[in-house]
Amino acid sequence: MSEVRLAPPIGLLAELTHRCPLGCPYCSNPLELESRATELDTATWGRVFAEAAKLGVLQVHLSGGEPASRRDLAEIVAHCAKAGLYSNLITSGIGLTEPSVGLLADAGLDHVQLSIQDSGAASADRIAGYRGAYAKKRQVAQWVTAIGMPLTINAVIHRANVRRATEMVELAIELGARRVEIAHTQYYGWGLANRAALMPTREEADAAWAAVESMRARLEGVIVIDHVAPDYHARTPKPCMGGWGRKTLNVSPSGKVLPCHAAETIPGLEFWNVTDHSLAEIWRDSPAFNAFRGTDWMAEPCRSCERRDIDFGGCRCQALALVGDARATDPACYLSPRHDLIAAIAEADSAPVVAPDYRYRAPARALQKV
Amino acid sequence: MSAADDIATTARPRLPRGVRLSKDEARGGFVLLAPERIVRADPVAAAILQRCDGDRSLVEIIDDLCATYKGERSRIETDVRNLLADLSAKKMVEL
Repeated sequence: MSEVRLAPPIGLLAELTHRCPLGCPYCSNPLELESRATELDTATWGRVFAEAAKLGVLQVHLSGGEPASRRDLAEIVAHCAKAGLYSNLITSGIGLTEPSVGLLADAGLDHVQLSIQDSGAASADRIAGYRGAYAKKRQVAQWVTAIGMPLTINAVIHRANVRRATEMVELAIELGARRVEIAHTQYYGWGLANRAALMPTREEADAAWAAVESMRARLEGVIVIDHVAPDYHARTPKPCMGGWGRKTLNVSPSGKVLPCHAAETIPGLEFWNVTDHSLAEIWRDSPAFNAFRGTDWMAEPCRSCERRDIDFGGCRCQALALVGDARATDPACYLSPRHDLIAAIAEADSAPVVAPDYRYRAPARALQKV
Repeated sequence: MSAADDIATTARPRLPRGVRLSKDEARGGFVLLAPERIVRADPVAAAILQRCDGDRSLVEIIDDLCATYKGERSRIETDVRNLLADLSAKKMVEL
């Protein structure tokens, strides 16, 4: 037992399934998607939520893949409610029906976060790799708001829609959302594989950022804007996950508990599964959670940095992906000796006149280039 | 006039659906749970928010707090108005 008391987690991301009808090229799911056969059953999720609440978790984010791909979604929501957890459904909307939205509400769902891919149908459907997705999402938004359920619209920003970031805020208002998340793409999983097709130029990213920020004052009390910065154009890194093993845990479809959704890209980490251990044991003792907890693992320039308890050295997965060392300073930081690398990548990837095609997400056995 | 001063005494504040005040068993105290937000509610905020049921008016909430906590009315009213204006801007209270 550690002498310093370990603070309990506040949030749990439940990746109920990796199945998803959409193929969004920025998806942060791993390239090796877990199959349906390995997914946890309803009762196991119920136990996980009960353990999570006991451990101190306050909010559960039901995600995937597309959580509505699970036929037991309403039962899963009911388990969250029974445990007293605040439940947030993170959905593409595809697979939901008007009656199923009602059933989720009756089961105790607290909030719906619906993704949109662009402000117009043609571009949105191309990005999603799914014809009719945009129209369906508009319908889902209406079902959700009609029963008084709070709605967040989430839009991921990249080259194909970066000029319409403000239009997506307007669309969120039109759809009756109380909150909108404008998130510049973070490059993990499929997003990393598609980086050269997704990266906007610095000028485009800066302009989109400023335009959305300029809406804030006018929209106070109308809609809450949450804005996620473009990493590759940053000066200081994001405080990834609020610090490794510090605030949240992420349970994969098969029950592996991860400090973040990309953690499996780091070689040598040992992840424990909810079928073998309690959530409390995993939070406290699992090697993966303890690998980058606190600041002892840090090297310079992080170790002596005055921001080490603010951004925790940035993202471990990004340090690994870009400079080959999960213990290195995230190169998004201007103090990283490799900071020049991230600017060079951003410039190179945003450069081509004709953007390369997307590599749509697909199960491992059917990898395709579309 | 600030947004806090603008709240009518007849307003009947309530927590909208998707926002709830919850006891934090693991850490003690109360938290306000909202979409992608967890706000710690100190004892003063918790006492105010417990009374925001959409039924009681602003003036009734202040009366009740004065009677319960025997505090100075002007100070309690300022606390209530400031909290409600702040949370209303964040869409966590409806006036």
